[in-house]
Amino acid sequence: MAHANIEHAVDAARFIDNQERTHWHDQALWFVRVKRDRAAGSVAEWEELRSRAAQIKRHTMSRLADYLEQFEEQATRRGVHVHWARTAEDHNRIVLEILSRHHVERVVKSKSMLTEECHLNPFLERHGIEVVDTDLGERIVQLRKEPPSHIVLPAIHIKKQEVGETFHQHLGTEKGASDPNYLTEAARGHLRSKFMAAEAGITGVNFAVAETGGFVVCTNEGNADIGISLPRLHIACMGIEKLIPRAADLAVFTRLLARNATGQPITTYTSHFHAAPPGGELHVVLVDHGRSALRTSSKFREALCCIRCGACLNTCPVYRRSGGYSYHATIPGPIGSVLNATQDAKTYHSLPYACSLCGSCSDVCPVKIPLDQQLLALRGEIAEQKYLPLSKRVLMKLTSFVMCRTWLFNLSGKVARRIMPWMPRFLIYNRLNAWGRQREIPEFPKQSFRELYKKRHEQSR
Amino acid sequence: MRIGLFVPCYIDQLYPDVALATVEVLEQLGVEVEFPTEQTCCGQPMANTGCQHETRPLAQKFLRIFRDYERVVCPSGSCVAMVRHQYEDYLHGEPGFEHLRANTFELCEFLVDVLKLGRFEGAFPHQVGIHQSCHGLRGLRMAHASELIEPMYSKMRQLLESLEGIRFSQLERPDECCGFGGTFAINEEAVSCQMGLDRLADHQRAGTEVLTAPDMSCLMHLAGLLRRQNSHIRIMHIAQILAGREVPNGHR
Amino acid sequence: MSSRDKILSDLRAERIPDVALPPTAGNWTVYDDPRQQFVQVLEAVGGRAVTAPDEGSLETALSGIDVYRQAARIWSLLPGIPSAGGNWSEVTDPHDLETLECCLVPGEFGVAENGAVWITHTIIPQRAALFVTQHLILVINADQLVHNMHEAYDRISFEQAQFGIFISGPSKTADIEQSLVIGAHGARSLTVVLLGGR
Repeated sequence: MAHANIEHAVDAARFIDNQERTHWHDQALWFVRVKRDRAAGSVAEWEELRSRAAQIKRHTMSRLADYLEQFEEQATRRGVHVHWARTAEDHNRIVLEILSRHHVERVVKSKSMLTEECHLNPFLERHGIEVVDTDLGERIVQLRKEPPSHIVLPAIHIKKQEVGETFHQHLGTEKGASDPNYLTEAARGHLRSKFMAAEAGITGVNFAVAETGGFVVCTNEGNADIGISLPRLHIACMGIEKLIPRAADLAVFTRLLARNATGQPITTYTSHFHAAPPGGELHVVLVDHGRSALRTSSKFREALCCIRCGACLNTCPVYRRSGGYSYHATIPGPIGSVLNATQDAKTYHSLPYACSLCGSCSDVCPVKIPLDQQLLALRGEIAEQKYLPLSKRVLMKLTSFVMCRTWLFNLSGKVARRIMPWMPRFLIYNRLNAWGRQREIPEFPKQSFRELYKKRHEQSR
Repeated sequence: MRIGLFVPCYIDQLYPDVALATVEVLEQLGVEVEFPTEQTCCGQPMANTGCQHETRPLAQKFLRIFRDYERVVCPSGSCVAMVRHQYEDYLHGEPGFEHLRANTFELCEFLVDVLKLGRFEGAFPHQVGIHQSCHGLRGLRMAHASELIEPMYSKMRQLLESLEGIRFSQLERPDECCGFGGTFAINEEAVSCQMGLDRLADHQRAGTEVLTAPDMSCLMHLAGLLRRQNSHIRIMHIAQILAGREVPNGHR
Repeated sequence: MSSRDKILSDLRAERIPDVALPPTAGNWTVYDDPRQQFVQVLEAVGGRAVTAPDEGSLETALSGIDVYRQAARIWSLLPGIPSAGGNWSEVTDPHDLETLECCLVPGEFGVAENGAVWITHTIIPQRAALFVTQHLILVINADQLVHNMHEAYDRISFEQAQFGIFISGPSKTADIEQSLVIGAHGARSLTVVLLGGR
């Protein structure tokens, strides 16, 4: 998608303008983080699981081509059709071809960040195919013609009154009704009819197993399972990084995923697909779309280990207070900033700076992606490629110039400490001083530490 | 034991008492403190903006000044994290760098890990809210991070706990970032201040009288917000509490 | 060059340092009382556990479950327990299962750590029934409980696999303001009958 350059801070400030909603958003996500802490804390070997998961994923990345071939061979042996797509366009074309071959006009789709990344829905719609997102959160944003604002909780930014309004408009629920039970029941009825009418089901993939040629899809609502067990055609779309070597490795990942994502011990439905049922057809589309390129970067390739649990979004103090849309990307939050800025540093130059470098994301990550370090390293790339605003570049050059000369540092400090106490308030606190908008600047002491230290030293002699 | 005192640039210029308190605490414990006056800034603001060319000469200057000290001590977790984790990018393979990296300590780390201090003499009859500065917390592992499933520990609290009369605030979010984040405080002013205000609200609820941290930078940001609000919460760097300073009347 | 070959050759062109694959064995949590753990977690995820001392008492145990007693259209895959309201086992088009109210399915085993039950296509010819039925009742032998997911995967062979699923609790969502709602798209209730033991 072509974007003007994104300025995260501008959208963040706009989000925060609505104080009530900012607090509500922050609290809702913190609540998920607290549930995650409780679930993780109930597993004595949690840190061991993280280490194993991190190692399994890094191992898989080191031999990705071999494992992809093994997966293809095993899946094909079981009658699964395996497709390869280098780009988002390839992916969309392949899916369309399969659907056209079966004369499909109505598709139900469960959550898949990959198909969001490839913008599959608008593509299929342009070709006359109706695509219904069946995850409740995704259906809500689809009806509102909005993108998801979170990778696990797509409608986390929407209030129940707003959902009620949307459902009143589209599903004919009572005006003003906002009870989540009532609204969910209405969506259940609405989506049942969509499930019954669909001629094909599309799902994402949480994990694919090289050894067996099978894959696993995790949901809580059961939408993926209904969506692919009523029609005869199931298309599963997956990034090539979703692979793991052995079926036994699923134990590590199914123990981590739901606990870290939502604080559940496991998702309600953890479905393992290895072959189509009699009379059915099962297709898997393997998508690269920049992944093999990201893999060539020693600094950033660990981002490919991501299992899309969303925990780094939930814990990120910036994401919680700026909302998913302030990132202008399919995947927001810390992992999104890494994935987007590595692909397009110009457009997304501000995202690595939308971070206080607190490091919570790296500690919460189930596969130990050093997200804060990657965001820091990305700043280096952005500065190197001259995408840093001129004002910042000049300021840093100037600071460095002063700091390299001790005498100049001392002099500047002395001058500032002399002048500042005499400055009228309006000269310090104005539009140009972002620090002073909500904060006082520190009071300047009469003497610096080095001056006091010198005096102290002389006296003691 | 003789140590080189590494004083962050903004502490030197804006918070001289924090550095003085650090000297006093160390000298009380029989440590010989030397402040090499050539020092300025470790280069973190430049490094964290991505300006590597502007950082390198400062890292080299730092190494030149401090490499001959047996140990280096600094009243800032963030600046020590810069030396320990980020200098590698600029000083890899330079003579003396490995020694410097292994022997640069944040003040509380030095007291607990090197001097093996079990308790600290003194009294501080106030309710203290500990702000876990992120770089000290996750960069130096000075305390248990709430994301990790591991036994609880905190080097700061361990030192403060033995002070007579001290009480601690029980926070809802034990270690959320205050929103300072260096140039982040300016670049993302709205988010930065919102984070700070939320942190302060947590302390307010918990009844914090004195808010302390191992990093004056976090406290500078929080104090700036507190002063604007005329809050009764007072700010002290942990070195000032350990040195037996009185609780200040106002905000600095 | 095909997309496949291009992707593979791109990946092979970039050799990255080897990382060893860790072993699958480990010192994983086991429970003093896996049954108690299973029941506790199942209830926490919105499910319900019922006990039947032996197969003979299964019917009595089932009659204590409201959603079963009140259902008119029941598909039972349990030996000795009749179906009702339709020839469900002859259904060839899964859409015909839409009106199913209650489905009774034997599970292979349960997992103590997360209250999940493992079911495969060999037990249920139309997997859609597991999801479109209003209420789901799974029956497992109480001695068929593993402690954790590692033990679970040790038990499963994917050699002849087509479809297999862990189900833990009823269908649920929290997509509207993080309020938990039971019964999103799939079964509105899940009961697990533990056969045998205490």
